[in-house]
Amino acid sequence: MVETIFDKSRPTRRAVAQRVKEGFAQQPLPEHQLRSAPPMLPEVSELQAVRHFTNLARKNFSIDTHFYPLGSCTMKYNPRGVHRAAMQEGFLNRHPLTPTSHSQGVLACLFELQELLQNVTGTAQVCLTPMAGAQGELTGALMIKAYHTDNNDHERTEIIVPTAAHGTNPATASMAGLIAKEVEVDADGDVDLESLKRVVGPKTAGIMLTNPSTCAVFERRIQAISDIVHDAGGLLYYDGANLNAILGRARPGDMQFDVLHLNLHKTFATPHGGGGPGAGPVGANELLAPYLPTPMVTKTENGYGWLDRSVRPKSIGRLSSFMGNVGILLRAYAYSMMLGANGMRNVSAYATLNANYLMKRLSNAGFHPAYPDRRATHEFAISLRQEAKATGVTAMDFAKRLLDYGFHAPTTYFPLLIPECFLIEPTETETKEELDAFADAMIAILKEAQTDPDLVKQAPHQQPVGRLDEVQAVRQLDVTAH
Amino acid sequence: MPFIPHTHADKESMLETLGIASIADLFDEIPDRIKCDSLPDIPDGISEMAMLHHMAHRAQEDASGVCFLGAGCYDHYIPAAVWDIASRGEFLTAYTPYQAEASQGTLQLVYEFQTMLASLTAMDVANASVYDGASALAEAILMAVRVNRKSKSRRVLVPASLHPSYLATVRSIVTHQGIELELMTSHEGLTAVSDVDLENAVAVVVQHPNFLGLLEDVDVLTNRAHDVDALVIGVVNPMSLALLKPPGDWGDTGADIVCGDGQPLGIPMASGGPSFGFLCTRMIHVRQLPGRIAGRTQDKDGNHGFVLTLQAREQHIRRAKATSNICTNQGLLVTAATIYMTLLGPQGLHEIASSCVHNTHRLVDRLTELPNVSMRFATPYFHECVLDFGESTEALQQRMLDNGILPGYPLTGLIDKGDQAMLVCATEVRTEQDIDRYYQELTNG
Ligand SMILES: Cc1ncc(COP(=O)(O)O)c(C=O)c1O
Repeated sequence: MVETIFDKSRPTRRAVAQRVKEGFAQQPLPEHQLRSAPPMLPEVSELQAVRHFTNLARKNFSIDTHFYPLGSCTMKYNPRGVHRAAMQEGFLNRHPLTPTSHSQGVLACLFELQELLQNVTGTAQVCLTPMAGAQGELTGALMIKAYHTDNNDHERTEIIVPTAAHGTNPATASMAGLIAKEVEVDADGDVDLESLKRVVGPKTAGIMLTNPSTCAVFERRIQAISDIVHDAGGLLYYDGANLNAILGRARPGDMQFDVLHLNLHKTFATPHGGGGPGAGPVGANELLAPYLPTPMVTKTENGYGWLDRSVRPKSIGRLSSFMGNVGILLRAYAYSMMLGANGMRNVSAYATLNANYLMKRLSNAGFHPAYPDRRATHEFAISLRQEAKATGVTAMDFAKRLLDYGFHAPTTYFPLLIPECFLIEPTETETKEELDAFADAMIAILKEAQTDPDLVKQAPHQQPVGRLDEVQAVRQLDVTAH
Repeated sequence: MPFIPHTHADKESMLETLGIASIADLFDEIPDRIKCDSLPDIPDGISEMAMLHHMAHRAQEDASGVCFLGAGCYDHYIPAAVWDIASRGEFLTAYTPYQAEASQGTLQLVYEFQTMLASLTAMDVANASVYDGASALAEAILMAVRVNRKSKSRRVLVPASLHPSYLATVRSIVTHQGIELELMTSHEGLTAVSDVDLENAVAVVVQHPNFLGLLEDVDVLTNRAHDVDALVIGVVNPMSLALLKPPGDWGDTGADIVCGDGQPLGIPMASGGPSFGFLCTRMIHVRQLPGRIAGRTQDKDGNHGFVLTLQAREQHIRRAKATSNICTNQGLLVTAATIYMTLLGPQGLHEIASSCVHNTHRLVDRLTELPNVSMRFATPYFHECVLDFGESTEALQQRMLDNGILPGYPLTGLIDKGDQAMLVCATEVRTEQDIDRYYQELTNG
């Protein structure tokens, strides 16, 4: 029986971490505006609170505790020095509406980060405010829409996404009021050009692509795709989730993308925090730059300042209460400074080396890469379809059993078009020993699947709980403790 | 090579396994024309020590003064344990808890967070966060339109006293789905209930306390909106709910959707982000709620455990038909807020909120002793108040800044004669001496 913090609560018990002077005069608030009963927050001691949440922490897998080869998520080491840099008083205590005259430190960091990301991506301008990849995508879709509207091109209501695309791509299209049109992916994982020619047309606002793609291969015919879409009057959006694979080696701007986002919580090593926060800066070429959201940071002879709507009239506007996730931006900036140009190129080199090595070890052991004739990028997909057919043990079972071996599972069942898929992304910060241990665990589990399939199907066995019933979680919805 | 563990021997043996001569060979599928061999405009890497030295210098440049600024971001004290624990690697460096059995810590914490937020707002259910307060309101409006399918109209009414950045963000996001935003007029800083034409409204937004710190007539607004079958979206400061009537109790039947920014709950101001947005609603609308939700369930032996539930609302399952495109949220800030609320408890939160109200009233009483300073609106306010300084505040603001005081938020362009007014706030961390200093600086001028 798990105890929640509410089970530990006792009326009138208190922590003393924060107490203010008591005994104020009568509340100057009208009676009818007041709350009649206090909220049901826990009443525990400070030690009880610290112990409860420390013990909860210990039930998590994390990068700091386990190999976490989650494809498409780039779970690399999150440097502690970088965390410390962003957690300094001067940064933490700055109110977002402090006038620029007293904000030159943070503005300098943000300005330099804008420039750095422009260089890394080959774009003309970058706006830092989008708060995650998905908000970056929405930004890009709205910019594309605004561009067409500006050109009195009102029929362009469709945005093309590959069938293998991440779910945020089609969801973004809908949010932007556009219709997602799917394009097929061929047997080698590339976009099918014939299919593309069929869906592209006068209604095409643009295409959203990830490169390397969500199939974990480099989209080799990117030039042809760009020509087809651009010739039809559409624009190209780059989903930067997989930039780790090509950092410093190929720039989306040079691939003719018009607008893009980066996931700083992936490529730039900011922590994922059990779900977030992230940051999804958006870059654009000269054509689309005027539509970037506000605020952006500028540098003048009087120092750094904000660019708002008054000087950027074509901007799609504001997307956050203040300036997005500044704390994450500072971390990405500090990380980039430590890497420098060579460090960035080494990121892509060793991320790619690790992925190719692990793919080779697994295929040597009899597993089936989804695209055996292709290079792995910073990640690769394997299909466990044959194993599932032979033993009844599915990718999900494999994933749960890996937990018992002390590894976080790879991304499962994504992309969907690869049956029984594992998308495996080791990242550059893992040692060869760790990769070997993971491959050995996969081999051991395959043996178990052949000799004792129930052991794998009932996994995990050594976690705080056994396999949880997700169907019951939906049928008998229990989402609060009271 | 920062953070890359490979020895020369490792690399050679891996290349040998792969049967290639160099790492460059692994990039041979990238067409040469789009390859780049260097990043000439990016400097060389530096050590952690040098980086920290540089960042310390930058952080010191922003020596901020004594803060009387609020306007959506508040200077509260954060107990030491909050970030000590939230910064543990197991919370900090975990991903979204998709593998439930390996993520029970995060999942149980989110479940506890949902419980606290639901209780604070007097709603049935909360999600696991969206990006921030402004984007939470955009999501709330999109959700209200989906929920209120009966209504053929797409007219959403928003108060003129809404936080201006929230309004701007909502405009950028929701108008693309054919939603028409219409501003309700204000009178004396408050939504002019009797002047509003509610006919055909799908939803009515109520910010309480509003951007100007004033208490709206939430009961009347809620009832009038419900009379015409419009949904009520409450935008609230969670700290205020320790004292104020929760949105679930507004009017006869309560608000339908509640959102806001969680920054007051243990999140440093940090230039306004990362913070987190929250969304709460009634159980009947839960399937239209965007974002992740943790739920309690069982394993095969009947042990309780936690999973992400109702995932069929989300982009990774429902794709183009999802309730939102949100994926990465603001999990770590939710972790901090949950620890914060636990450390404070109902009594502690009540005391902090009371102290904020008390301090701001003290500040206002003190400053309005001066003949040229007055309250702009003669209505009850929470912990922010609009003061009229009787002259343009520009020079005043600069002088105070130079003397180490952030005197408030100038309202130029936001209200009538806004260039003479500032929104001021004194949270529980402001002392009697701080308030004295503000007063002295004003009289010196
Ligand atoms: C390919 C791809 N696109 C988009 C996203 C969405 O990014 P975020 O989670 O930062 O919103 C992800 C993240 O998982 C991704 O892998």
